[in-house]
Amino acid sequence: MTKPTSSSDYEYILLRHRTIPDLDNLAVYQKHGGFKALKKAVTSMKPEEVIEEVKASGLRGRGGAGFPTGLKWSFIDAKKWPHYVVANADESEPGTFKDREIMEGNPYQFLEGVALCAFAIQAHTAYIYLRGEFWQIAEKIDNHIAALEAAGLLGDRLFGTDYSLRIYTHLGAGAYICGEETALLESMEGKLGQPRLRPPFPPSFGLFGKPTVVNNVETLTNVPIIVERGAAWYRSIGTEKSPGPKVFSLSGHVVRPGNYELPLGTTFRTLIFEHGGGIPEGRKIKAIMAAGASSSLIIADERALDTPMDYENVPSLGAQLGSASVIVIDETVSIPWLIDKTVHFFRHESCGKCTPCREGTFWMSHLTHRLQRGEASPEDVDLLYEVASQMKGKCLCALGEFSIEAVLSGIERFRRDFEQAVNKIPALER
Amino acid sequence: MLAEKYAREIEAILKKYPPEERRAAVMPLLYLAQRDKMYVSRQDMAEIASILGMSTTQVMSVVGFYSLYYDKPQGKYRFQVCTDLPCALRGADRFLEELCARLGIEPGGTTADGLITVEAVMCLAACDKAPMFQVQSGQGLEYYEHQTVDNALSLIERLRLEATRRVGRVAND
Ligand SMILES: Cc1cc2nc3c(=O)[nH]c(=O)nc-3n(C[C@H](O)[C@H](O)[C@H](O)COP(=O)(O)O)c2cc1C
Ligand code: SF4
Ligand code: FES
Repeated sequence: MTKPTSSSDYEYILLRHRTIPDLDNLAVYQKHGGFKALKKAVTSMKPEEVIEEVKASGLRGRGGAGFPTGLKWSFIDAKKWPHYVVANADESEPGTFKDREIMEGNPYQFLEGVALCAFAIQAHTAYIYLRGEFWQIAEKIDNHIAALEAAGLLGDRLFGTDYSLRIYTHLGAGAYICGEETALLESMEGKLGQPRLRPPFPPSFGLFGKPTVVNNVETLTNVPIIVERGAAWYRSIGTEKSPGPKVFSLSGHVVRPGNYELPLGTTFRTLIFEHGGGIPEGRKIKAIMAAGASSSLIIADERALDTPMDYENVPSLGAQLGSASVIVIDETVSIPWLIDKTVHFFRHESCGKCTPCREGTFWMSHLTHRLQRGEASPEDVDLLYEVASQMKGKCLCALGEFSIEAVLSGIERFRRDFEQAVNKIPALER
Repeated sequence: MLAEKYAREIEAILKKYPPEERRAAVMPLLYLAQRDKMYVSRQDMAEIASILGMSTTQVMSVVGFYSLYYDKPQGKYRFQVCTDLPCALRGADRFLEELCARLGIEPGGTTADGLITVEAVMCLAACDKAPMFQVQSGQGLEYYEHQTVDNALSLIERLRLEATRRVGRVAND
């Protein structure tokens, strides 16, 4: 089977609203095959069979960690009840804006995915945790849920079986850390959104201490298509280790920023130059961040541009694919200015629960601020590198680890920018 | 009292969570209180605590932890400009500086009439539509994307006009 690489021969699987008008209307969604997968699963499949199909599809979590979705579902503790599903719609990573488009444009496919996950783990309640700024999206989702209940596609005794399901929205209130799954669960329970020590992991100890699957919005939106068309078909898209489509949020110095749904394994070059239209005003590309502000800085040389964006190849560049939020940085940007931005973000969002992250982000931001203002000495750069290295491996959750990625890689890979910054050579225009 | 004014809403919120996990309703109840007067008063926090079987201190610490809850009365409109990295690469810092300069305030400051506060905030998941900002007000939270300083200033003019008209109406009553 062919693996399409450009949008002209590509059939949308997730951003289907771009070719189907009014897909956020239940009748339209049903006319295009909507809720066939849920009906098929609930009336003719065992829950374990749904899990097996998702496992076989090779679907990996789209929230950042890339964990195999079917495997996560199979870890759910069958000795403790009830079970819960929590959809992670916190979407707060700088550079990430894909879940928002899915929930606005193709909300029923997402909700069908939530329902399929719930059926697979036999949960009767699912929650969608949205960042507080998404309150209007939450209101619309509430209306969609009401429409589904009225149509008998959600609620008691679905399709005449004894399986029942309710879905509720829950709004966060402005805290990036609540995207981390255990902080999210704490927040849902009415506590401060601070990460839990793990293990235990959510499939054994999740919401209200009960077995819980937490999945990203985009991950769940893949599930109806997998159940409908089968794992083998799904695997025809993407690569062997990273099957399926991905929504890449493209931002920064590109002519056409936006979301691009492409097969995993598409190269950076195709995304940035073919789809994104390249760098404005013919300027040169300098660096790429592949996973939003949490990324290390990739030197945008020919090799990097020809690297496939998937979970197995991006690490060869000393980086991670993460949520595939690709920030493009051109030659006018000074890297000390850039890391001052990212560190400022992490200092602001550190939840303060553990010392290495709370203190580390504070001191890093003190130093990057000096650098950015041209007040730093060469020793300050060494000290910054030292503080960041000290944090490595010592933080309670990944936020702390994310905060040092751009700092360490920036100093290692863009040394000249730092020399310019400390030697009072006028900083590059930003 | 929230319990009287919003009895139906409170019941609907509590129904979302298992009865033995009432505390999970604290965030939606705080939003309910905030919608009422743009901030959550001490009295509302105490009432929410008693509805949920929490201590007032626990509710206060939730309010303090999250940036979208306010425990003091607010200026009428908060213009929150995203200046995080992706937006900054597309001119957000310059947008914020120029907007503030034209209003004669510093970032984080409020206009002399007390109507408009302009501040920098973190990523709002609209990075491809920079410069962008959200406006927080008694009506909730609204996104404005692909903005110019002139657009923003004419929106502010409109809000000012509305506010003067409202004051006028009150004075005529
Ligand atoms: C600081 C931090 C922020 C995160 N933010 C999000 C987020 O906004 N959305 C999301 O889906 N996952 C986020 N994650 C990842 C979640 O912890 C979790 O891995 C994910 O929701 C699991 O779903 P998935 O397997 O479908 O990707 C974040 C992780 C960390 C450490
Ligand atoms: S690493 Fe940072 S965000 Fe994570 S628990 Fe520690 S202080 Fe909180
Ligand atoms: S960086 Fe401004 S909205 Fe994301």
